[in-house]
Amino acid sequence: MTSNVSVEQNIINSFLRLDRMPHIWCAGCGIGPAMRCFIKAIHRAGLDPDKIAVVSGIGCAGRAAGYLRLDSFHTTHGRALPFAIGLKLGNPELNVVVFSGDGDLVAIGGNHLIHAARRNMDMTVICINNFNYGMTGGQLGPTTPVDARSTTSPYGNIENPFNVPYLVAASGATYVARWTVLHARQLERSIAEAMVKPGFSFIEVISPCPTLYGRMNKQPQGLETMHEYQKRSIVRDGADPKDLDITFDGPIVVGKFVDIERPTFWDQYEQLLDRVSGKEN
Amino acid sequence: MKLWRTPFDQAEKATKPAKVLIDKDRCKGCGYCVEFCPRAVLEMSEELNSKGYTLAIVADESKCLGCGLCEMLCPEFAIYLEPSDNES
Repeated sequence: MTSNVSVEQNIINSFLRLDRMPHIWCAGCGIGPAMRCFIKAIHRAGLDPDKIAVVSGIGCAGRAAGYLRLDSFHTTHGRALPFAIGLKLGNPELNVVVFSGDGDLVAIGGNHLIHAARRNMDMTVICINNFNYGMTGGQLGPTTPVDARSTTSPYGNIENPFNVPYLVAASGATYVARWTVLHARQLERSIAEAMVKPGFSFIEVISPCPTLYGRMNKQPQGLETMHEYQKRSIVRDGADPKDLDITFDGPIVVGKFVDIERPTFWDQYEQLLDRVSGKEN
Repeated sequence: MKLWRTPFDQAEKATKPAKVLIDKDRCKGCGYCVEFCPRAVLEMSEELNSKGYTLAIVADESKCLGCGLCEMLCPEFAIYLEPSDNES
């Protein structure tokens, strides 16, 4: 029968701030599995946890920084990326990971996202996309699919959503992938690859939000959403980011879409220093 | 399971049976582990935990192959696989 584990036994506890447990995420929320994949990816990539800094913004996914027992910072709304850029430039040895939601990264921090990708800052961005603003009550966001209902679009959304991987790839990111939380192993591998890769790496994680987005769209249980992901997702590595639009009930194309090499901001900066100080000649 | 040939990477990829431990106080009864366990090791019980959620429990431990999918999908970090010593 079920044995009740004492807290010390559970290995993942060494990565959690236990004084803040249990977390606030609803039953069936996808942020937990995504955070789990991130923790496993640190092991998989063989990285030193002391050299990893996690930055997150406001929102449900933003709570992850508070729950992880790593160097972490919970910034103001939308400003996770500027803070992470400053952190990376202040201490280039750190492996900076931005763990935040779609409302934080794509909506209010949308400009920071494209400019961080344009500069090719050496960091990993994990964007939990649950198609709405979960923490504030399920309002319409920039990633809500057309015809989807939310608390501020009770008759269906009429605005076209962002195709986030396309946006980031067009801005110049060197690694772009998208997985749902159901693709746990692929997601873990992807995060591990992205953390080792120099340059701006972006991973979109499609996640269920049973309490708000799911409830408004006739999937009040996280399980129903997960079954839908099982039916709708198509793995297509190397697909053209142009074709990755998410519709209300159409296919969700997942996979690794972009994996290129480009000089990072820090490389360019060091080159500039060498040139100006005359070391090159 | 009967295979027509031995997979080349069996030695490194094969998982070992494990003991599934569930933290009763953390479980919120979302059912992901029960639904996605490939060997139907877990099931939902009628039992309630201290917060009033129905719990996932281990139904048949002998079926477990230790793949760890339940552990990865648990949103509450409540499942922990303890590798068991007998590899039969």
